[in-house]
Amino acid sequence: MDKTVNQKAWFLVLPVFLVVAFSAVLPLMTVVNYSMQDTFGNNQFFWNGVGWFKELLDPSTDLGGRFLASLGRNLFFSMVILAIEVPLGIVVALSMPRQGWTVAACLVILALPLLIPWNVVGTIWQIFGRPDIGLLGYVLNAIGIDYNYVSNEIDAWVTVIVMDVWHWTSLVALLCYAGLKSIPEAYYQAAQIDGASRWAVFKAIQLPKMNRVLLIAVLLRFMDSFMIYTEPFVVTGGGPGNSTTFVSIELVKIALGQFDLGKAAALSLVYNLIILIVCWIFYTVMTNAGVERKVQAESEPAAKPKSSAALKPATALKPKEGVA
Amino acid sequence: MARIDLVDLAHSYGGNAAPQESFALKPVTMTWRQGGAYALLGPSGCGKTTLLNVISGIITPSRGKILFDGVDITPLSTQKRNIAQVFQFPVIYDTMTVGQNLAFPLKNRGVPKADIDRRVAEIGRLLDLEPYLNRKATRLTADAKQKISLGRGLVRNDVAAVLFDEPLTVIDPELKWQLRSKLKALHRELDLTMIYVTHDQTEALTFADTVVVMHDGRVVQSGTPAELFDKPAHTFVGYFIGSPGMNILPAEVRGREARIDGHVIALNRSYDSIPAGAKIEIGVRPEFVEAVAPGPGLLTARIERIDDLGRIRFARTRLGEAKLAARAPAGFTSSDGTAGLKFDPSHVHVYADSLLVEGAA
Repeated sequence: MDKTVNQKAWFLVLPVFLVVAFSAVLPLMTVVNYSMQDTFGNNQFFWNGVGWFKELLDPSTDLGGRFLASLGRNLFFSMVILAIEVPLGIVVALSMPRQGWTVAACLVILALPLLIPWNVVGTIWQIFGRPDIGLLGYVLNAIGIDYNYVSNEIDAWVTVIVMDVWHWTSLVALLCYAGLKSIPEAYYQAAQIDGASRWAVFKAIQLPKMNRVLLIAVLLRFMDSFMIYTEPFVVTGGGPGNSTTFVSIELVKIALGQFDLGKAAALSLVYNLIILIVCWIFYTVMTNAGVERKVQAESEPAAKPKSSAALKPATALKPKEGVA
Repeated sequence: MARIDLVDLAHSYGGNAAPQESFALKPVTMTWRQGGAYALLGPSGCGKTTLLNVISGIITPSRGKILFDGVDITPLSTQKRNIAQVFQFPVIYDTMTVGQNLAFPLKNRGVPKADIDRRVAEIGRLLDLEPYLNRKATRLTADAKQKISLGRGLVRNDVAAVLFDEPLTVIDPELKWQLRSKLKALHRELDLTMIYVTHDQTEALTFADTVVVMHDGRVVQSGTPAELFDKPAHTFVGYFIGSPGMNILPAEVRGREARIDGHVIALNRSYDSIPAGAKIEIGVRPEFVEAVAPGPGLLTARIERIDDLGRIRFARTRLGEAKLAARAPAGFTSSDGTAGLKFDPSHVHVYADSLLVEGAA
């Protein structure tokens, strides 16, 4: 082999190793280190093994109870906003114009909420919903609805969900619109000729052609809502009580409020792991769908020669099977 | 099944107020016979797809009427017209099996299940799709998908006409032949009116018994392939059909002779009433001009090259500014790069402002 061996080349990769080590590996290992220990300040640490992790998964303890409750709230929140944002995004995308200047106008208006920083969105809704000076809160109370997100759990949930829907439905709508735009006009014409109703067109053409972007939309929205922190923190601060305390808010309370570094480290590792697993599941599902499409595309040229010959060998095989 | 009449039909994307020169489809009146195989032939942008979409109802014409069997269906939507259309790219419903794809138009029209199953089985057999009926339609080849598109049209037993919009564009050349002969066979078997849009003259001439040539939004000639070849009604038809196309040369025509650069070419007919002031040209197909050794009384042309097409050779020549192709008989060679041209008088046509002029006998 005339392949040049030059181990010195590893030095070229060294800067990257250093950067990654300081930016990712060392902080992560610090967290792993904390998660195994307990501290009472003064930079004194005591070994705790996997104690925090055991506590974390045991609902009877304080830490476990808080973690599992906030995890439950988080999952419920993600399910609710997905159940609202995905159908709503599809409806919005379907009712958008296909051509003309109105397209640009719609796109700009839809993109606006996406461009607003998280804590600004939180602040907007925090003020918007206040019963004393907020337009929404004041109007609701004026027409006789007793609305107060500071004291009522349901009101707090509704506010946080409506805020997320307001902030992120645009993303789903824009993705769906892109999917819709990629459908050739001939499909609609063919469906017209086939006498398809509006609903049949949606079911037979639009939904199947959108499924890829919908998968991406669901993935993005799930991950984002599962990691949500800023907006509910600004609006409700996790309250009233613990009713809108999501995992990330709980984590910050433990880490920075109580300065329980060990518990917080264990929690953040588990939190991270859950997100990684969900990510991996989605990734696998999506790439599998991609592989399936690729296989389809590759089998297309090969499928034709079979079409005439495929049946004959099959029938020829049958007697053999009978003999065996 | 129906006879289709187009009555003073025209379409302008800019509305009727636009100048007629800008119409995508200029006024046309013609009849499509029940059971005929028609081809709409013309270059891209000549209005053939517009005409097809007007017939299928995707476009509502800005002027004129369409009659199916004498009934005015111009205001009817596509759903209400009994039309099947096959598009350039195969349209299939991804989530359905081949059988469900075929059943879709019937299901939408509320046909009873037993009838649907019977029709689907019948059409599946007709199109050789039987082995695939229970398979997902996405996994098939382009030609099978195109057959499904066609099948969705045929499955309804009330279709007045099947329209094809360049249906073989995405099909492999080898399969094109198979699919085209399949279409031919279907046409014979089902006695359907078929209208086939294409820019490929081979496709048009092999498929259709009547070819309608369009140019610049206008129907310039409609006739059998032989008519289009022998007697093009418009210089465009002569040029567009045939390979190489017809030679068109500016000439002066008087009585039974045409003059080019002072050379006289005999004509079979007498042209005495040629419109004054019109642009006069003669047209002759390369097959009817023979390249021979230059001689007295023969028009002399400079040879640019000789194309050998195997069975026949064509000399590409130049006459001043004009280009001219001529048949080069076996053994023809030129010593000095020039050739004499021998015209067959019975195949020389005269055109005034691009339109054929009929001479007197």
